[in-house]
Amino acid sequence: MNPAELQKKLIAAARANPPGDGVPYAFEKRVMALLAARTLNTNPVLWVRGLWRAAVSCLAIALMLGAWAFFNPTTTANAGDLSQNFENTLLAAVDQNAQTQ
Amino acid sequence: MERTEAELIAAVLAGDAASFEPFVQKYSPRVFATARRYARRESEVADIAQEVWLKAFEKLNSFRGEAPFEHWLMRLTVRTCYDFLRGHQRNRESAFSDLTDPENDWLERFVTQPEAVTENADAARLLIARVLERLSPSARLIITLLEIEDRPVKEIARLTGWSVPLVKVRAFRARAEMRKILARLPKDKYL
Repeated sequence: MNPAELQKKLIAAARANPPGDGVPYAFEKRVMALLAARTLNTNPVLWVRGLWRAAVSCLAIALMLGAWAFFNPTTTANAGDLSQNFENTLLAAVDQNAQTQ
Repeated sequence: MERTEAELIAAVLAGDAASFEPFVQKYSPRVFATARRYARRESEVADIAQEVWLKAFEKLNSFRGEAPFEHWLMRLTVRTCYDFLRGHQRNRESAFSDLTDPENDWLERFVTQPEAVTENADAARLLIARVLERLSPSARLIITLLEIEDRPVKEIARLTGWSVPLVKVRAFRARAEMRKILARLPKDKYL
């Protein structure tokens, strides 16, 4: 018996029985879902685009607040009141201790 | 109107990932058929196919359009299958002592009447699968592409990324490796 002949027969067996080309149900949906998830996580272009949008929004808000502060200036008297009130509130506990002693 | 493959690829590269789906639908049968040559379990086959498509999507910008998309995809598929084989080398050690009855019968018939045995028998298919599983990854890849799929050496070189002389050397070694494995069949009984 010849091993080379056996090799030929087995190779012929493999040739005579090619594998099937069936695809599992909804395989393409699974791949597309994975790709969508990956794209969202790994695509740097999306990250850069998102960060630029955030930067533009922040700039717009800063400009609006700046404009509002510019056109509605607080008077120095009001500002003094505000700082005085703030100081009183902050030091209220200390003042109370001093009075009790 | 149906878009051409070049248009679909341009759309994917421009950020429209949904344009990739027609490729997955059209070429998955070929990818699965190729993967089934190297993996036995369906879960492994599906993993290989999935890996192929993820790689194809990631590397699509390296597709230059000089050859058909299918050729490029098949190169990617064969290389992914080779990576799979290299990653599963430890599964190669199955003994020939656990041959099933039909496999033993087929071998006995081959010894007594070699011309009478048929290649279409399930036992022959199981035996060749068993032999292929025992080959090294490169030997299995070469035997499959060269002997079973009957592809020319140049095409194998293109598919694997190996040079033509390397393919020839590996083919020579692969045949020797296969003969060695066949020689390990119970000698007193069959050879």
